[in-house]
Parts: sequence; structure tokens; C-alpha cells
Amino acid sequence: MDKWRNIFNPSSVFVPLGAIVLGLLSGAVIMLLGGYNPVDAYQALFRKVFGSPYDIGETIRTITPLLFTGLAVGFTYRAGLFNIGADGQYIMGMTGAAIVGIKLQLPWFIHAPLAVLVGAIFGGLWAALVGYLKASRGVNEVISSIMLNWIALYLSNYLLRALLLEPGQQRSYFIHESASVSIGWLSRALENARMDWGIFIGLIGAIVFYFLLWRTKQGYELRAVGLNPDAARYAGINIKSSIVKSMFIGGVFAGLGGVFEVLGVFHYQVLSAASSGYGFDGIAVALLGGNHPVGIVFASILFGTLTYGSAGMNFSADVPTEIVRIVIGAVIFFVASHGIIQGIVKPFMASRRKLDKKGAA
Amino acid sequence: MKNLKKSSFVVSALLAVILVLSACGGGSTGGNGGNTQAGENAGANNGAGNAQEGTNAGKDFRIGMVTDRGGVNDKSFNQTAWEALQQLESDTGAKVKYLESKTDADLIPNMNQFIKDGYDLTWGIGFLFEDAAKTVAEQNPDAKIAVIDTVVDLPNVESVTFAEHEGSFLVGVVAGLMTETNKVGFVGGMEMPVIKKFEAGFKAGVAAANPDATVLVNYVGDFNKPDQAKMAASTFYNDGADIIFHAAGGSGNGVFSEAKDRSKSGKKVWVIGVDKDQALEHGDDVTLTSMIKKVDQAVLRVSNDLIAGQFKGGEVTVLGLKEDGVGLPETNKNLTDEVLQQVEEFKQKIINGEITVPTE
Repeated sequence: MDKWRNIFNPSSVFVPLGAIVLGLLSGAVIMLLGGYNPVDAYQALFRKVFGSPYDIGETIRTITPLLFTGLAVGFTYRAGLFNIGADGQYIMGMTGAAIVGIKLQLPWFIHAPLAVLVGAIFGGLWAALVGYLKASRGVNEVISSIMLNWIALYLSNYLLRALLLEPGQQRSYFIHESASVSIGWLSRALENARMDWGIFIGLIGAIVFYFLLWRTKQGYELRAVGLNPDAARYAGINIKSSIVKSMFIGGVFAGLGGVFEVLGVFHYQVLSAASSGYGFDGIAVALLGGNHPVGIVFASILFGTLTYGSAGMNFSADVPTEIVRIVIGAVIFFVASHGIIQGIVKPFMASRRKLDKKGAA
Repeated sequence: MKNLKKSSFVVSALLAVILVLSACGGGSTGGNGGNTQAGENAGANNGAGNAQEGTNAGKDFRIGMVTDRGGVNDKSFNQTAWEALQQLESDTGAKVKYLESKTDADLIPNMNQFIKDGYDLTWGIGFLFEDAAKTVAEQNPDAKIAVIDTVVDLPNVESVTFAEHEGSFLVGVVAGLMTETNKVGFVGGMEMPVIKKFEAGFKAGVAAANPDATVLVNYVGDFNKPDQAKMAASTFYNDGADIIFHAAGGSGNGVFSEAKDRSKSGKKVWVIGVDKDQALEHGDDVTLTSMIKKVDQAVLRVSNDLIAGQFKGGEVTVLGLKEDGVGLPETNKNLTDEVLQQVEEFKQKIINGEITVPTE
């Protein structure tokens, strides 16, 4: 119980909630200035997300990759590393899963898990490379990981072209049915929304995140390195291996995001000229979630809901896309700026606490 | 307590502002409504002038359009299609709306948004929609869908493609006749079937007009890499080419930029534009002519068919020279009458089948 109370203490709940409310209010002001009705717009957003089983399913589909890349950035951040390379790790995960899903033919109970595993390892190794460079040569992980994003993109395009491309198409062949991780009955129940195991694995990933960092010796070491590398070294912790390990695990999370996009959503991989940007959204998700797994889960839900629902504001309330993006930016801005919100929320909480005390007395 | 007062003041002030502004918002929304009404009336007048359409022929029709990641302001494909739909709105009173896709994963939900809302026609603009449109059309057999630049073989989808090779043949003829060095270049975006059609048609056109000329070819790998296209153009011009045809979307701006640099230093080189009359954007100094692809005509044609009750689901419409779907701009300041006459001759030969232009 105490543990949950620590996670859901008043400031960790009311500050984000207050931030969302303030963000929505300032979004409303912006829409009013633009001559649009904010009540209609927010209703449209809400309807778009919860309006039909299809939309609920597709919202979950939007949340999934954000959850994975959020975990990827958050995990490495705990070990003191800023992982901007989640984008590249995500792409490598897609590529690994696509290669196994298309090139091999196996029974489903081996094929799908193997494709997931290979994709995850692709992502993990891609990130571990950054960790290795940092640990052995002191290369700044921000620079090496952002550069590896581009290498991942073009390497992936090259592998696609060389191995997997369907002639006359800008995408790979479809993966074999046995490698698919879509959940057919759930999709049918949700009016053909694209549902797969990704969201469940992502939630399990958040639990694993928590146990690894706060319930194992390794995790303790990783956090120690993150908090103060010099002290950690003095305490006899192997910093180099900690860096490589944390990058690898972060890369596995990001890679899994890409895996489920290929095996669950598209069933093929597209030759793309630019990355999807999920890796960068993951940075925002991790920071919003305070680099804590529970926070990241909620942040990804917020982010995904706003992303998917924004099309509804555009569609039903005729708010132009530009204004929709400003509104969403405002919400995220307020959620991210804890300080502003605390200043406003604290007095309320202080008075509540007094009341509580009176009640207790 | 002091703080509490302060913050509740902030909150109530915010609320007050919102209330005041929402009153204004309501007013201006009404104003917009009035404008729409006015627009429709104007549209009706236009329609009356235009005997083909009649009064407000399309006012009961709603037509949606989904863009790819380029968005509606891409100065190319999506924008042209959207402008055509806006024209349709003012001509016929049909209601039009677009949704932009931020990632490839948005294509299907965006199409579904229109379909679930009961739109009469949903457009998917670009070859990326092949799989998305197929999935959506299979799941919603009653919905009408139209796609451009790709083919979906389902009874409720009308596909429109262009005979880019035919138009490219004509600009190839221009390049073959105009080159002084007997060397011309082709810069492509991504190496894919649609762009290959441009290359094949261009090569055939050059060969038909000037058998001695050689064509240099380079693909920059993306439609959004003007820097690489500029380098490719630089290499071609250094190699002695004096005319470059680009089919590279936004990358093509790099070709224009290189040509302008060289013009400034006194060397005469040319670029042949693509998709629309690029002389309007880049000037007549470097733009020899353009291979126009009339996406707007395609959108108008299919949408008007729908309004007239003649939606051709399951069919593939190919717009070539004959249908006036591709070709040169109406005004070509840099082409002599002699050249234009030869182009016209080749055009007629293609239309009546004397010449078959290769597609790859």
C-alpha cells in the first residue's frame, strides 16, 4: 500500500491533472482567438477517441509505439544516459522483425516469438553500440545515437531493397501469417481496428522496467551510475558494463516498438525517406512521465490520445490542423513545466491538508 | 491563504476571459456560416453560367480527401488535389474536407473517418494509399473510394493513373531538339515504377528527336533532398549536359538552384520542370518547359462523375495525352514555333497510336 501511496501522492497526481486542465484552458483561449468554438473542439476530440469501438482500438494502437519508445528513453535516463537514438533502435527493431517474418517459414508458436525476439535484439544491439562507444571511448551518447538514427534508416532501407522488396512496390513483401502478432478476434470486436499484442507486452515492459531498476542489484547499480558515476565507481560498480547494459535494455524497448508496428499493424515494412519520429516523441513521453514506468504509461496514454483525437478536432469541429497542433503543444508544455503548475496547485493542496488534519483531530 | 486567493483570482480571471471570448467566438462562427452560405450562392451563380453543372448540383454531396505525410501544403500533389476540391466546392456546392496523415499508420483511420461519417467519396492521394485503400475498401464495400497514381482492383474503388511516359516523351523531344551539346540529364526522386515511366518516356523522346544525343541518369533516392539533386545536377552540367529533366518532387528544387547559379555566372543551362508549370515558380531564365501532370483535372473529373451519378467503381482511368492529363504548359516562352510544331506532330502520333512510348 505504501508503495502505491508513494507513486500516487497528491503532488504526483494533482500536478499533472492541473497541468492538463491548464493546458486545455489555454488551448481553449487560442481557439477562441482563432474564432473556433473550444467546447465543440474538445467534444470532437473526446468523441474521436471514445466515440466508437474502432476509435478506442486505434487510439490504443497509437499509444503502443509511444509507450515503448518512452520506456526506452526513460530507462537509459535512469542510468544517466540521454538516448536520442530510440528512433534508430525502433527502425532496427522493425527491420529485424521484417527479415524473420518474411524470410523464414516456421510454425506460429516459434515464428512470431522468434521474430519479436530478433527485432528486440536488433534494437538492443544498435543501442549497445552507442553504450560501448561511450564506455570504451567516451563518445558522447547524444551525438553517436543521433547519428546512428540516420545510419539505421539507410541501413534498413538498404536491407529492405536487397532482401525483402516486393517488385514494383515501395514496401517489403507481407510477413507470413505465422509471424503475425495481430489479435484477430479483438480486431473484429473493435470494428477492424488494428489490434495486436504490442500494448500488453508494453505494459509488461513497464513492470519489467520497474523490477529491473528497483528490485535487482543490477538495477541498483544502474541507478547509482545515473545519480553519480564517480561515487558509483568508488563504490566498486563497473560503470562501463552498466552503461552498455542500460543502453541495451533501452534499445530492446525501442526495438519492440518497431517490432509490433511491423508484425502487428502493417504486416510489411515501407521504404521510408524519413523516420516516423516515434523516438523523439518518446523523449517527451519519458520526460512527462518523470522517467518512472507508471508515469510513462500515463504520459503515453495522454500523448497517444491527443495525437489520435486531434484528427477529430480537425474533422468535426473544423479547427485547422495548425491550431490543433498549437493546442496539443500547449497541453504538453504545461504538463512538462512542473514549476508553473506547482505554484498554482500547492495552495489548494495546502488548504486541503489543513482540512484533513482538522478532520483527523 | 494569501496564495489561495491569488491563485483563485488567476483561475477566475482565466474563466472570465474565456467566457468573454466565447461570446466573440460564437459571433464569428455565425459569421463564417454566413460566408459559407454566400460562397454557395456564388457557386450557384458560377454553376448557372456553366451549363454543364446546373445549380448547386453537388450540394448534397460530401467529398473527403486524405493526404499522405506531405500534408496539404506540399506545393505539389496534395495541394493540387485540394485546390481542385475547393474549386469543386465553389462550382457545385459540394462539401469538401481534408485530413492530413502524420504517419503512415494514420492513412487507414483517416480514410475510415470519412467513410464512417457517411461521406459520398473518399480520396486517397498518392501511391502510398494502395494498401490502405485496399484494406478500407474491403472492409467497407458500400463506401466509394478513389485513388490517384495507384491501382486498387475492387468494385468500389476508382483508380486514376497518368501516362507520365507520354508527357515525358514530349519533353524528351524538346530536349533532343534544343540541346547544343548532345547531352541531356535526368534526375529522378526514388527509383520506383512511376518515376521509371518518366525516365523511359524521356529517353525515348530524346532518341526520337535526336538519335545522337545521350541521356545521363541519376536517382537521388528521395523526394525531399534538394542538396543531393543539386550535386547530381552539378555533375551533369560539368559533364557537358545542357538540359536536365527532373522528376524528383521537392528534390528538384536543387536542380533549379544549380541551374540558376550557373546562369548567373554566364553559362546557359536549362531545366525541364515536372508536375506543374515550374516556370511560374522558378522563372523563364532556367525553365525550358515542364511536364505537367493534371492531378486537379483527375480529381475534378472523378468527383464530377460522382455528382452526375456516374461513379466508375472498379475501373482504372489512365489519363494520357489523348485525355489531356499530361503534357506541356500552354505557354512556353523559351520554345520556338518550330520546336512546338514538332512536339505537336509527335503528340498526334502518340495519340493515334503510331508511336508507342515505352514505360520502363
